[in-house]
Amino acid sequence: MSPIVAVSGLSKVYASGFRALNDVSLEVRRGEIFALLGPNGAGKTTLINVICGIATATQGRVLVDGHDIVTDYRAARAMIGLVPQELTTDAFETVRATVSFSRGLFGRPRNPAVVERVLRALSLWDKRDSTLMTLSGGMKRRVLIAKALAHEPQILFLDEPTAGVDVELRQDMWQLVRGLRDSGVTIILTTHYLEEAEQLAERIGVIDKGEMILVDGKDDIMRRFGKRSIIVRLQAPAARLPESLAGYALALSPDGTEVTYTCDTTGPDTGVRALLGALDAAGIPFADLRTKESSLEEIFVGILRNQS
Amino acid sequence: MNLYGVRAIYGYEMARTRRTLLQSIVSPVLSTSLYFVVFGSAIGSRMSSIDGVSYGAFIVPGLLMLSLLTQSIANASFGIYFPRFVGTIYEHLSAPISAFEIVAGYVGAAATKSIILGVIIIATAGLFVPLRIDHPGWMILFLLLTATTFSLFGFIIGIWADNFEKLQLIPLLIVTPLTFLGGTFYSIDMLPAPWNRIVLLNPVVYLISGFRWSFYGRADVSVGISLAMTVAFLVGCLVLVGWMFRTGYRLKK
Ligand SMILES: Nc1ncnc2c1ncn2[C@@H]1O[C@H](COP(=O)(O)OP(=O)(O)OP(=O)(O)O)[C@@H](O)[C@H]1O
Ligand SMILES: [Mg+2]
Repeated sequence: MSPIVAVSGLSKVYASGFRALNDVSLEVRRGEIFALLGPNGAGKTTLINVICGIATATQGRVLVDGHDIVTDYRAARAMIGLVPQELTTDAFETVRATVSFSRGLFGRPRNPAVVERVLRALSLWDKRDSTLMTLSGGMKRRVLIAKALAHEPQILFLDEPTAGVDVELRQDMWQLVRGLRDSGVTIILTTHYLEEAEQLAERIGVIDKGEMILVDGKDDIMRRFGKRSIIVRLQAPAARLPESLAGYALALSPDGTEVTYTCDTTGPDTGVRALLGALDAAGIPFADLRTKESSLEEIFVGILRNQS
Repeated sequence: MNLYGVRAIYGYEMARTRRTLLQSIVSPVLSTSLYFVVFGSAIGSRMSSIDGVSYGAFIVPGLLMLSLLTQSIANASFGIYFPRFVGTIYEHLSAPISAFEIVAGYVGAAATKSIILGVIIIATAGLFVPLRIDHPGWMILFLLLTATTFSLFGFIIGIWADNFEKLQLIPLLIVTPLTFLGGTFYSIDMLPAPWNRIVLLNPVVYLISGFRWSFYGRADVSVGISLAMTVAFLVGCLVLVGWMFRTGYRLKK
């Protein structure tokens, strides 16, 4: 199936002369949740802004479901909903009015039923007649999402949707994102909470200093870059490990009670059985053992460290 | 054509007018009425009539023009400047709507507001001075053209301005003085020798002259020239707006 968003050779040089994107190519698959990760200033928002029409590309092209975002912008943009990173809302309008406005602006006829459904989905229905300036930050964030969904887009861009959002709302937001995905909406999100990407995303793109350095399935990334550690607790503290165990690249905890073994998760054998045998043979009895897998966060930090 | 989009912008702007009724309608009507009271009734009774038109009635088209110009510019420039200032412009830029449609929404609303204002002012003037309209068709044409042209001009200022001061700059420093000097309160042939020629460099002279002709059938310059000047200014503004959107001038990053 053709990708729903296809970015090829995209570069963006701002008026200041700063090159925020350098030859970025990316394909987002229909119906997936795609997480765009990268440190502050990496170019995530810039990439989203170019795709959505807020910034102009210096080079390269973007197709949205086959529609060029410059020459066929109407068809391309009609498919897209955007929730910007910054909380920018009007002050004096009511929640319902601003969501209806968005629907009209995107070329859809008035439909109070759709507006009501969107407001209810975001727990904003009770606030429908409140003016925007009376809302809290988290509610404003939800209003921005409601505005982006008002025209029933097939692609939703969420630029840091959970920044400054409390735990409960974050869970709600994840629920909502999954619900949208299940209804066929493609979702592209950025976040600095790696746990969020780990929970939600099917594929991940890592961008750094304007370059896309990695695009792959989340599980593939976890497998490829992830490590599993086996931590063995010893019955009695050991001062040091015998020579016979040198081949295992073990790390002894400072108090001598735990040995950490980092194993290869790509091969068929993790080598745990052999390690336990070797410990026994060396006369170091163990009391317990537990495993620990690296989180996406650790992987992400590792990838970026390798870059620089 | 995204007509729903145009309607959304137009509706939004008109709702803003309703929210700020006092400032956008009541206050300009009141201040213009004060001119009618002072110049029309109080001082006007001591002034001789100009070409058979009483002084109070003579100044009505010019004052109307002054309100139209300043209000059209103020409404349209603020209308587009505000979303740029608070950042909500992102939505317009990401919507499937053309530059022309965005302009139609904003300028249409600003012009509508000015026309409503103009009609109210004419009605109010009728209470204070003996008003007559010899060429109503032309009067409406000039009213529509002026409201549209200067709303468009205001829209340009709203895109050009990058702070609130610049937003006020052109209306205060250029438009208001040109309007006062453009024959609102006098007929050009009342001016001494070099000045009656120099004022012809002021574009507002042509607007006021044509507009006054539609009321009383007397003009400083021929009505054809007035119309041509107005249309030329309209076309100039359209070209400029087109260029702004094509290049993303001060709109896109
Ligand atoms: N309008 C602009 N003019 C000049 N430089 C800009 C502009 N907007 C962004 N930049 C620069 O481009 C780079 C990328 O910015 P961008 O906002 O895309 O980063 P980001 O990945 O979204 O970061 P964050 O995680 O902080 O949101 C930054 O170095 C930023 O300073
Ligand atoms: Mg960003």
